Amino acid sequence: MKILVGQGSCGIASGAKKTAALFAEQIQANQLDIPVQITGCIGLCYLEPIVDIYNDDGTLFRYTQVKPDKVQGIFESHVLHNTPKEEKLISFSGQSFLDKQTRIALKNCGLINPEQIQDYIDNNGYRALSKVLETYTQDEICKVISDSDLRGRGGGGFPTGRKWEQVKSQKETTKYVVCNADEGDPGAFMDRSIMEGDPHKMLEGMIIAGIATGAHEGYIYVRAEYPLAVARLRIAIDQAKELGYLGKNILNSGFDFDIKINLGAGAFVCGEGSALTASIEGQRGMPRVKPPRTVEKGLFEKPTVLNNVETFANVPEVILMGAAAYKKIGTPKNAGTKAFALTGNVNNTGLIEVPMGTTLRTIIFDIGGGVKNGKSFKAVQIGGPSGGCLTPAHLDLPLDFDSLAKVGAMIGSGGLVVMDEDTCMVSIARFFMNFTQEESCGKCVPCREGTHIMLELLDDIVEARGTEKTIENLLDLGDTIGATALCGLGKTAPNPVISTITQFKDEYLAHVVGGVCPTGQCQAYRKYVVTEGKCVGCGLCRKVCPVMAISGSTKKTHTIDTKKCIRCHSCVSACKFEAIEVI
Amino acid sequence: MEHEKDTTHAPCSHCQSSAYAQLDLVLDEFKDMQGNLIIILQKAQEIFGYLPRDVIRRISEVTGHTQAKIYGVVTFYAQFRLTPIGKYLILLCQGTACHVNGSLAIENAICGELGIKDKETTPDKLFTLNNVACLGCCSLAPVLMIKTEETEETYGNLTPDSAIELLDEIRRKEGLI
Repeated sequence: MKILVGQGSCGIASGAKKTAALFAEQIQANQLDIPVQITGCIGLCYLEPIVDIYNDDGTLFRYTQVKPDKVQGIFESHVLHNTPKEEKLISFSGQSFLDKQTRIALKNCGLINPEQIQDYIDNNGYRALSKVLETYTQDEICKVISDSDLRGRGGGGFPTGRKWEQVKSQKETTKYVVCNADEGDPGAFMDRSIMEGDPHKMLEGMIIAGIATGAHEGYIYVRAEYPLAVARLRIAIDQAKELGYLGKNILNSGFDFDIKINLGAGAFVCGEGSALTASIEGQRGMPRVKPPRTVEKGLFEKPTVLNNVETFANVPEVILMGAAAYKKIGTPKNAGTKAFALTGNVNNTGLIEVPMGTTLRTIIFDIGGGVKNGKSFKAVQIGGPSGGCLTPAHLDLPLDFDSLAKVGAMIGSGGLVVMDEDTCMVSIARFFMNFTQEESCGKCVPCREGTHIMLELLDDIVEARGTEKTIENLLDLGDTIGATALCGLGKTAPNPVISTITQFKDEYLAHVVGGVCPTGQCQAYRKYVVTEGKCVGCGLCRKVCPVMAISGSTKKTHTIDTKKCIRCHSCVSACKFEAIEVI
Repeated sequence: MEHEKDTTHAPCSHCQSSAYAQLDLVLDEFKDMQGNLIIILQKAQEIFGYLPRDVIRRISEVTGHTQAKIYGVVTFYAQFRLTPIGKYLILLCQGTACHVNGSLAIENAICGELGIKDKETTPDKLFTLNNVACLGCCSLAPVLMIKTEETEETYGNLTPDSAIELLDEIRRKEGLI
């Protein structure tokens, strides 16, 4: 018997460490010899902490929501009396969350122990590396990757094979492989999950990129906000070096490759290629004018392969299954799978991986279990601060790079935030604009000043000062920023605004013309009124009102002066007769 | 050596000298490395809790990076601090999932309770509030993390009341209420 406790960041936040410790305690108290190991995140974040118990014949029993107080019960019935405790076992809906997926990059996440290289090796780990070292030339590796139609998973979707070929063909002898693990999109955590759950897979991808392009040094640029990912990467690098998969003379092939970790210091713009390399060089992370491109002059002015975590994690699988087989997954020119972080107002939140071209309907309703609390589906925000909104009209749109580009959205890094009928689209647009405005590095005027003005315009609408002209100005300015900003962050910054205006024009108009926020989320549009008949004139609301907006004499219905009212809600909380209504 | 009792991160005089000794070790190790500045600053902040002026001066002397350049890098990145922080650092997640699940109400509650805004420290040097982009625990949204020198705890599914209860719990632990 073997016990695995899922300990990705989300599992730990749900109390998985305590759960694991309690299992270990019980085992010791009963003088048993059962290993309690860690594993990464299987993606079922809403069911954490998750405990997998493997019986001696290899059968898996997956227990969900094993809070510390549930440990003893499960331990006694399953471990001591060999009767699996039914009510905590994964339910049908939890299993269908997994069954509807195709896991390539996340294949091992939540199943193997990320701190044991042997677990990875037992699951075909480093076989792709030995295959390319034994049988492939540099050109052949690039060709397999090109033929597979693998495209960069970081957002842009640039063909990975073509990038590698371009770096390989540079005359300069010093080259670098850089892994972009600066997953800064709020609401995206697939790269974190790979690093925490299966770090060797991306290391193997990076080493293969080194062989293909003739680079001998790799850098991983990872967010400092991901301490667990960093710790597991360090362990993985040490173990890979020990067994000769990394370092000098890899697997006796004569090829040397080393990987260093650089911690990001909290700047979203560093996800952009030239800003990222500037940051590794110890500079302010500001993008520069291109050309020259990163493949010609990247890190330390040398030719550089720059891919993200998920892209590198796909590489070993492409090599092992071959280009033709890989291409069969997904849609034409959009091969393979994509990992999405499914969050927001959806029942089953978590991390999923599906073939490119899967529809939104499958993701939200079949895998995600539909919208929370029986509310109706309003929109999904895809691609974070650079992406756009998709609506019920797009439910049957295949999600891949090309079809999303056609409707003005993008996959981005793969954050999918589901929003229900109660979400105000203007305030969502404002949320993203506030994010990009704060993260703008300030180098180019369109982004530095433009995002600031766009935010002010959105504030005008949210705070009930907007007119139709405000919407027009937003669109105009958005267009200009998109056309003139220096880097990808700036160019795509207006996307959430433009896309919400396009898809939800009526909601914007309701704010600026109709004078109401249809969802009631924008405070400035709320009106507080006293219902006659319910009010007994006790005067409590008058006493708590901080701006003296309420008047009335004792035992008579009170009134609220809407001009003075600051909508602080104190009166509603104070009233014992539910006599104050918000409209 | 006996440490002076202090609730803030500001090191006592004994620690101060050993902190500079640690800084010198870091500088020794990294001074000749290509692209060393951010790594050195990160390690210095780990030692001191923030980046005091004298530390920046010392880094400049040893590495040859001008103080102007160092200051430029320090102010560019959200991670670096020029002022000390409180004993408990509250990292409040403002990611998209937390936003749609009500992180704003949590922020209002905490700010109201502590009388500080984002990036500020309470006068008793107990709490510092930092809004952060995403802690990656989206399924538990809204989320916050409380960091001290020793521990790092994440709390999920917050409500304004439960957030304030967290603060009270810490105050009780510190014997303040």
